[in-house]
Amino acid sequence: MGMSTRLHPLHGLWSLTNRELAKWYKVPVILIISLIQPIVWLAFFGKSMNFATMFTNGLNIPGLNIPKQVIDEVAAEVLKANFGTTDYFSFLAVGMLSFITLFTSLQSGMSIVWDRRLGVLSKLLTTPVPRGNIIMAKVLNSMIRSLVQSTIVLIIAIMLGMKLNPSLNPLDVLGAYAALALMSMGFASLFVTLALRSTSWESQMAIMNLLNMPLMFASNSFYPVKSMPWWLKPIALINPLTYVNDINRQLLLGITGQSLVLDYAYLIAFAVIFSAIGVVLSWRYLSEA
Amino acid sequence: METAIKAINLTKRYGNFTAVDHINFEVYYGEVFAFLGPNGAGKTTTIKMLTTVTRPTEGTAIVGGYDVIKQPAKVREIIGVTPQEYTSDEDLTGWENLMLVAALYGIPKKEAKERAAELLDLVELSYAADRKVETYSGGMRRRLEIAMGLINRPIILFLDEPTLGLDAQTRAAIWDYVYRLRKQYGTTIFMTTHYLEEADRYAERIAIIDHGKILAIGTPKELKEKVGGDVITIEVSGDVNLARKVIEGIEGVTGVSVDGNTITFKVRNGNTAAPIILEALNKLSIRATSITIKEPTMDEVFLEFTGRRLRDEEGSSEDFMRFMRTIARARR
Repeated sequence: MGMSTRLHPLHGLWSLTNRELAKWYKVPVILIISLIQPIVWLAFFGKSMNFATMFTNGLNIPGLNIPKQVIDEVAAEVLKANFGTTDYFSFLAVGMLSFITLFTSLQSGMSIVWDRRLGVLSKLLTTPVPRGNIIMAKVLNSMIRSLVQSTIVLIIAIMLGMKLNPSLNPLDVLGAYAALALMSMGFASLFVTLALRSTSWESQMAIMNLLNMPLMFASNSFYPVKSMPWWLKPIALINPLTYVNDINRQLLLGITGQSLVLDYAYLIAFAVIFSAIGVVLSWRYLSEA
Repeated sequence: METAIKAINLTKRYGNFTAVDHINFEVYYGEVFAFLGPNGAGKTTTIKMLTTVTRPTEGTAIVGGYDVIKQPAKVREIIGVTPQEYTSDEDLTGWENLMLVAALYGIPKKEAKERAAELLDLVELSYAADRKVETYSGGMRRRLEIAMGLINRPIILFLDEPTLGLDAQTRAAIWDYVYRLRKQYGTTIFMTTHYLEEADRYAERIAIIDHGKILAIGTPKELKEKVGGDVITIEVSGDVNLARKVIEGIEGVTGVSVDGNTITFKVRNGNTAAPIILEALNKLSIRATSITIKEPTMDEVFLEFTGRRLRDEEGSSEDFMRFMRTIARARR
């Protein structure tokens, strides 16, 4: 036939990704609904959990005549020591970028279950498209959606008062996107892999709901790792969200954190290992239910 | 004739259950070959192995010259598959579905557009090309599935229960398309069905399969002849018992029974036997007042080989559920 020589190893990858994206951008309602949660967190929680006001506004200890300036200075130092900034809203806003990315990526497992249930998968498997590309299309779709949604959340956060690093340059933004993309790649691969043999979307939903909140709260999205109880810290330290937030707070807010090289190395390993596992297992387990 | 498909001891086991049990058969280029059997007989499992979706437990098959185990990617390039269930993406339009599948075969966009337009025309869906598939009727979806199976101009097309759950009129239309495309592209067609009359009417050769084993292979005519040929019913005026003796004396006649003035019997080829019988009766001045020659139906053929009627079969519960789901969706 001589056809095989013409087929690129990545052939079909973009068409499959585009298929998923088309479903998404053709129905803007889904996009809007998925943005509600992080925006509610930002607008309701972020705007109300105003530590700066709590510590300074009218704080007075009877009998001690502490000047307001001193109280303000102490409050600022306490906030800086904990959050790296006096601006908790901006701290939280960065956490919300990884929040939307995590939620979007967890859904990738659902889409393969639907493909199986609706019969689409049995068609894909009869075509010469590499099995790994079926998986990676889902992952790529998650990554693109995550970045688009993160951008919208970021814009809304800025409108609500998020203060970016004044010396922000385009490379910082690129670095932040790279961190989010790597995390999305890892989580999406993990969840697609878990769903390779599954025909039950209920079990996928259950896994999603079981993991999303714990993953959020066992990270530095809402509060720093050092304020956690000892038993939660190890979980936070292996949680990729912690690394993404650390990078993004350094790059977008100018807060000092741990080594960026370490952060990126961890995220790259997370993304590469889980996507490689997904591709390898897809050859073996995607075939039949 | 060259072999398009050759199954060699093809076997699939699921745990202790043997779905397909060491089957051997050949399909020639250009023919329409049907697997006939009840639900759960192993038809779909066989198609899944031939189309590289499922790996055989034992044995192998050569499809279009390539081994399904050793060269699955090669096989996928030259076959087209229309699985039993609907496989198009309901959220996309008919056109988008065709373009997606074309991309999966690595067909350049320009060519894909030409082929998609041509195929939609062939299956008479051009008018609905830009409608979402979820708005299609069962017959339209089935036609789209067939078009999707043809986008890569396959040498061999696999159709798994192509008319399942469709009404008689739509079924006839589907067969019309299948024959038209065969005429146009010379495609070899391998299909499964549990509709006896469809296999009889549209397949050039039939394999009867039950419990994972092939019980008989041949043209519909050959299979019917194996069963014992045609059934002749003669009504006579005169001595019925004498007529019976005459008929029983003729070579090849079996299963003679008498009911009043009517004698019924089987003979290998009714059309050539009838004049001989009439002549023999005539010599003894027995007059036949009426004569009917009936070919055995596929139903009788099936009964002969499997010991049961196809219509009573329900198959395994899992297969049956899948079957019902497909029907439910086909009717939507």
